[in-house]
Amino acid sequence: MTRIYVFKRFERIWHWTQALLIMTLMLTGFETHGSYSFFGFESAVEIHTIAAWSLVALWVFAIFWHITTGEWKQYIPTTEKVQAMMSFYLTGIFTNAPHPFHQTTLRKHNPLQRIAYLFVLVVISPIIWTSGWFYLFYDSWQDWGFGWLNLEYVALFHVIAAFMMLIFLIAHIYLATAGHTATSHIKAMVSGWEEVEDEE
Amino acid sequence: MNNTGKNLLRLVMLAAVLLPFTAGVVNAQTTTSEVVEKAPDEVEKSANIGSTADHSKFKELDVDFKSGPEVTEACLACHTEAAKQVHNTKHWTWEFINPETKQRLGKKNVINNFCTATSSNQEFCSACHVGYGWKDDKFDFSQESAVDCLVCHDTTGKYKKLPGLSGHPNYKTMEWPPKSGKFREPTDLTKIAKNIGKTSRETCGACHFYGGGGNAVKHGDLDSSLNNPQRYLDIHMESDGLNFSCGKCHESNSHEVSGSRYAPTATDQEGVLIRGNNGDRNPTTCRACHGNAPHKSVEQAERLNHHANKVACQTCHIPEYARGPLATKMTWDWSTAGKLTEDGKRLLVRGSHGRVIYDSKKGDFTYDRYVIPEYVWFNGNVKYTLFGDKVDGQNKVKINEFLGGPDDPESRIWPVKKFTGKQPYDVGNQTLAVFHTAGKSEASFWTNYDWEKSMEAGMASVGVEYSGEMDFVETEMSWPITHMVAPKEDALTCAQCHRENGRLQNISGVYMPGRDNTPVVDKIGWILALLTLIGVVAHGGIRIVMHKRRQ
Repeated sequence: MTRIYVFKRFERIWHWTQALLIMTLMLTGFETHGSYSFFGFESAVEIHTIAAWSLVALWVFAIFWHITTGEWKQYIPTTEKVQAMMSFYLTGIFTNAPHPFHQTTLRKHNPLQRIAYLFVLVVISPIIWTSGWFYLFYDSWQDWGFGWLNLEYVALFHVIAAFMMLIFLIAHIYLATAGHTATSHIKAMVSGWEEVEDEE
Repeated sequence: MNNTGKNLLRLVMLAAVLLPFTAGVVNAQTTTSEVVEKAPDEVEKSANIGSTADHSKFKELDVDFKSGPEVTEACLACHTEAAKQVHNTKHWTWEFINPETKQRLGKKNVINNFCTATSSNQEFCSACHVGYGWKDDKFDFSQESAVDCLVCHDTTGKYKKLPGLSGHPNYKTMEWPPKSGKFREPTDLTKIAKNIGKTSRETCGACHFYGGGGNAVKHGDLDSSLNNPQRYLDIHMESDGLNFSCGKCHESNSHEVSGSRYAPTATDQEGVLIRGNNGDRNPTTCRACHGNAPHKSVEQAERLNHHANKVACQTCHIPEYARGPLATKMTWDWSTAGKLTEDGKRLLVRGSHGRVIYDSKKGDFTYDRYVIPEYVWFNGNVKYTLFGDKVDGQNKVKINEFLGGPDDPESRIWPVKKFTGKQPYDVGNQTLAVFHTAGKSEASFWTNYDWEKSMEAGMASVGVEYSGEMDFVETEMSWPITHMVAPKEDALTCAQCHRENGRLQNISGVYMPGRDNTPVVDKIGWILALLTLIGVVAHGGIRIVMHKRRQ
């Protein structure tokens, strides 16, 4: 057993702040959508708007950090060991088989994680941000030459992306328990240090 | 000269300057002592009268007037154009041609679902006509002296036109209400004429608060509680606040009063109406004063202003109508009229609002207070079902229909009072009926409770022979809700519409977050999320089980 330092301080702060904001956005977003009543429509919209702008600010920092540190390379997808990861989650994990992916500081995400995070980045995020911004600036469509846009479709795309995000969130939270031990990933996300099996 | 001498000289000079004034006062006192006694009042009155003429000082009005037209003639001696002006107004003609639909409207022509039609009933209906003597079709609308100046310009509150007198007040002592044992003194026309002034809530309200046969009956947003309203009831008319008269919004020019529900302005995007810049614009809109972006210092101000592209101001700012102490009539069923007591007398039944819910003369009613309006797309165009328009008795008749829709840029979502009822129609002629209700003749329904005779007389009054077969048809009428504007803190909140089954549930053509979704997307979304959840729970469960087995 060795301990490696995988998540730097900024990453941890980024992750947990983002987690909080995304959950807030989920909670208030689905309320705005009319799925339930919790904060009340008016407050839900307000909180949703504030959380959205906060997330924008956070992403500005995160993008800057990823570019300047070169950490963006962690998200380059790979086909290597994808098959192995799939079969690990489907069978190996139950029989205590060794994890097919060996985590290092330079490769902190397993191949499935890379694909999932990239999917969030290049598919869900653009839909959610574009539709969200249009939603937020509904009042200005006319001035911006988007008078032909229809709120129904903008809302539809926003909601579709929100469902994708919800599904990602459920899987993501669960898979956080699928590390070397049930809590090792979570501890790593807090302290930065991950326990990994020694390479044989 | 010493100091005492100087002072004495000053005193003498002062006296010399003041003497003529003192003499004047003394003189006045001796000649017209009455006027001087009233002096402090006079000063106050002059300051508050809002006019440069005090009619109580006019010798032209020092006349023992015997009738309304005599007063009018006195008025016209100075106000030479007044009657001609009034002759051009709806208040006089009771007629309005809708410029869009060309329909001939106005009280003279419309059949509503309250007292229904004026024809054959003018003797009574004309208690709300700005004229004297309209009792049948032969009324001469060109007579200047038949214009009633006092009904709008009385300030004493003593002038009252009584139903049955063809637009006249009572000139002799008269039992009123009929058979009540109470008597009204003859109207003191001279006193009223000497005290005329601007129109007021009371004068406008004498008719407009009592439309449909009683206080608060018809509109729902107009009743006598607006004579002295508190803040919560009407932010503009609040007695201790802005204290608007009707005329503040319903600005008049040459006796033509602006603002009409026959052709309302549903959408006004021209901003604040600058003085002297009227053109044809209706000054009786919210935006004529408040401008196009009235929300400024509140949260989401821009968003609220933007709402006005779809929503009328009234929709949020008049959350309920009939918010005063008085309930408004919601339904009127003529089909049950005519039931009498065992000894053949008129039957009156009172209901929970303290109002009559059954009257032999009129049928069954229901009343309500704090009523949530219904909401419709409305572009200002109203289409009526008029006399002669086909009514087959199968479908509910829309007495009037507010036109407009979500794709019409002139339309806004408006609050309306929907008034429903059942009323007579002529089966053979397939039209809403004109029937004779009020009067002393045998054919009057309110005298004899005989539909056949009443129909015969009523239809004849509009030149149609009654087919001999009548029945009752369901009808519905819409009234725009635009008065009783609430203080801003009582305006609707977002969630009152942005929710399922909210106020605008039935409004089509707009996507409203919180109310609308794409059901199939929601369904698939939640199912997938649930499957994911089940999947991870199962996966986790198996892991735990396997882990325990290994131990």
